[in-house]
Amino acid sequence: MTALASAAEGGRAAPRRRPRPDRDRWLGAAFVAPQALGVIVLGVVPFFFVIWYSFNEWRPLTGQMEFIGLENYSRLIADPTFSASVLASLLFSAGVLVLNLVIAIGLAVLLNRRMKGTTAFRTIFFSPVVVSVVAWSVTWGFLLAPNGGINGALDLLGVTGPNWLADPSTALISLVVVQVFKGVGMNMVLFLAALQSVPEEIREAAQLDGASPSKSFWSITVPMIAPTILLTGILTTIGSLEVFAPVQLLTGGGPGDSTNVLPFFLYRTAFISQQFGYASAIGVVLFAIILALTMLQWTTRRKWVHDEV
Amino acid sequence: MRATRSRGAAIALTGVLAVSLSACAGGDDGASGPADLKMALWSSNEDHLALLQEIGDAYVAEHGDEVASITFEPVTNPDYIAGLTTQIAGGDVPDLAWIPEASGPEFVDSGILYDVRETLEGTEGYDLDDIIPAALEPWQDDAGGVYAYPFSNSPIALYVNETLLAEAGQPDVKALVGTPEYTWETVTDIAAATNGATGASGLNIPTFNPTNWSAVTMLGSAWGAAPWSEDGATCEFASPEMIEYLTWYQDQIARGAIPAVSGNAAPAAFASGDVAFSVAQLSQSGSLDDSFEWSFLPLPAGPEGYHPIVGQAGVSVLERSERKEEAAGFLAYLTNSANAELLAQFFPPPRQSLLNVETLSQAAPKLSPEEIQTAIIDVVPEAQVKPQHSVLSQFSDAVRAGLDPVWSGGDVESAVNEICEQISPTLEG
Repeated sequence: MTALASAAEGGRAAPRRRPRPDRDRWLGAAFVAPQALGVIVLGVVPFFFVIWYSFNEWRPLTGQMEFIGLENYSRLIADPTFSASVLASLLFSAGVLVLNLVIAIGLAVLLNRRMKGTTAFRTIFFSPVVVSVVAWSVTWGFLLAPNGGINGALDLLGVTGPNWLADPSTALISLVVVQVFKGVGMNMVLFLAALQSVPEEIREAAQLDGASPSKSFWSITVPMIAPTILLTGILTTIGSLEVFAPVQLLTGGGPGDSTNVLPFFLYRTAFISQQFGYASAIGVVLFAIILALTMLQWTTRRKWVHDEV
Repeated sequence: MRATRSRGAAIALTGVLAVSLSACAGGDDGASGPADLKMALWSSNEDHLALLQEIGDAYVAEHGDEVASITFEPVTNPDYIAGLTTQIAGGDVPDLAWIPEASGPEFVDSGILYDVRETLEGTEGYDLDDIIPAALEPWQDDAGGVYAYPFSNSPIALYVNETLLAEAGQPDVKALVGTPEYTWETVTDIAAATNGATGASGLNIPTFNPTNWSAVTMLGSAWGAAPWSEDGATCEFASPEMIEYLTWYQDQIARGAIPAVSGNAAPAAFASGDVAFSVAQLSQSGSLDDSFEWSFLPLPAGPEGYHPIVGQAGVSVLERSERKEEAAGFLAYLTNSANAELLAQFFPPPRQSLLNVETLSQAAPKLSPEEIQTAIIDVVPEAQVKPQHSVLSQFSDAVRAGLDPVWSGGDVESAVNEICEQISPTLEG
């Protein structure tokens, strides 16, 4: 350090670059501006419009809009279809969250072992992530049909399968399975990366101290990958509460309202029933539910996520 | 200093937003000079669009002082009305639009459509009286206003896969037409037997899925069943006739004559060759080839006799169009007798003068003259559109949810009572 400083002082003075905070700031802003503009114009501004529409009765085809205050929200509270829709959304989301994370962690643990064929299995489990959701849903529609592939396989075992998508007791769980297998590959890859970052020496030290593989998994591996569990948990919750295409293609919200999740209810209210104001109120409530659940996961992270302060 | 910079950034951002939003809002209203007309339609078939454009260009050539151009824009959303609504809500209002029958009364009642009676009557040689009254009726109001031309008036009929029935050792259904044995009971007996013998679907309705429940309830007219009273104010789902019809329908699912409902999926297509009977519109004949023998028959009779049904779509001028007069003028040209005959190759015309074998052979070249006579010409003058309601969109989902137990073998009576409980307040207004 001293030698370098002396050399600099002794030799010809090198041109010193003066810090230019203003220029850097504007350059940074210029890089961020296109994305920020997109978010503002396509996200923030419409969001405030939706809040405004939710206080109005708006019939888009006639162009009539009338301010009605909180009437749409009081109507929501009294609407049994809305209650059923919230319940369907929460059940669907809980099912997807639990099943997705459990399967993703399980697959990641299996694929983390150095065994033959893990690359092929990793590709197989990840491939649904890049398949079109429409193609995926339509294919599952064939599999879940009364005389489809799943009931055909059950027949071979001497079991009569149900009409999966028409029975209220199986329709929602069928949708959960379709959604989980569509997205589990992405979470699996994230967990695999997290598992590979857990230092091997910690596990080895635990083994030397006599910890069983199970104890080692729950006391070392799980806490070390907890930040990834938090991230995937939040993303999976948000994604599951926004589900639309599989519902539209497989159940149409039925049977009854058993799969009439909030985004689907919102769509039908806006574009089939032509009630844009009421649909906007549903959108605001859906946003509030997603925000609340995300905040809940975020604020409780200190209790269960390793290294969070 | 920092505050000034922040304020400057905010002003700049507001400016950018204002410019962006005003760009989105579009240009001037274009209400002067020759009009640039735009028509929204459901079909994106290239042949349909080419013919419409040909007619549009001919109109512009004749009326260049009124209309500068006419464009035909398919709304490609799978749910056409949802797509049209989104387009209109976004400020992009077409001058003319194709309107499906289910939305007809709702659009007429809510003042969305422009009354074109005066224009049609005032157009030389148009002959409004040539339009079949039953076809025009859904597009009129009590004051006699005419809000659309019933552009496509396509009878719903029974397609029969004769090859499949022969394989299953079943009788020739065509020979039963016109006899007292030509009933739904006979047809479903044959459908169940064919399903049992071959594993193929018996009778299906390709447009039916739980969200499009009216494709099934419309056939209840042959049982004397209707979903609501004629004035639309009373729910009649729980009527003895509707219960009898839906119970019958449920029994047909149970015995394999009609395929079980599977979620929101549409049943197998008749063109696959793996379906014995299909209830569908005339236009479906275009998708059939010679891979199996088939015939096109009128709908069978139910306990309350024979009730022909047509599927319809209208073309209307939108009240919010800035060039209503010019749009109505083009509608009168597009649907005059000569152009209706041209369009008959794709869209069965509602004009009595065109109800003949020669014209209709263009729309369905694969049908025999006898089939055209018995299943179209004899049927269309009396045929009714499926039950419509002026606030259907407000209660359609409640009916969809309420009918689900019927499709899956639940108790019909409690299901329809529940439906009436749900929708009666809306029907009563």
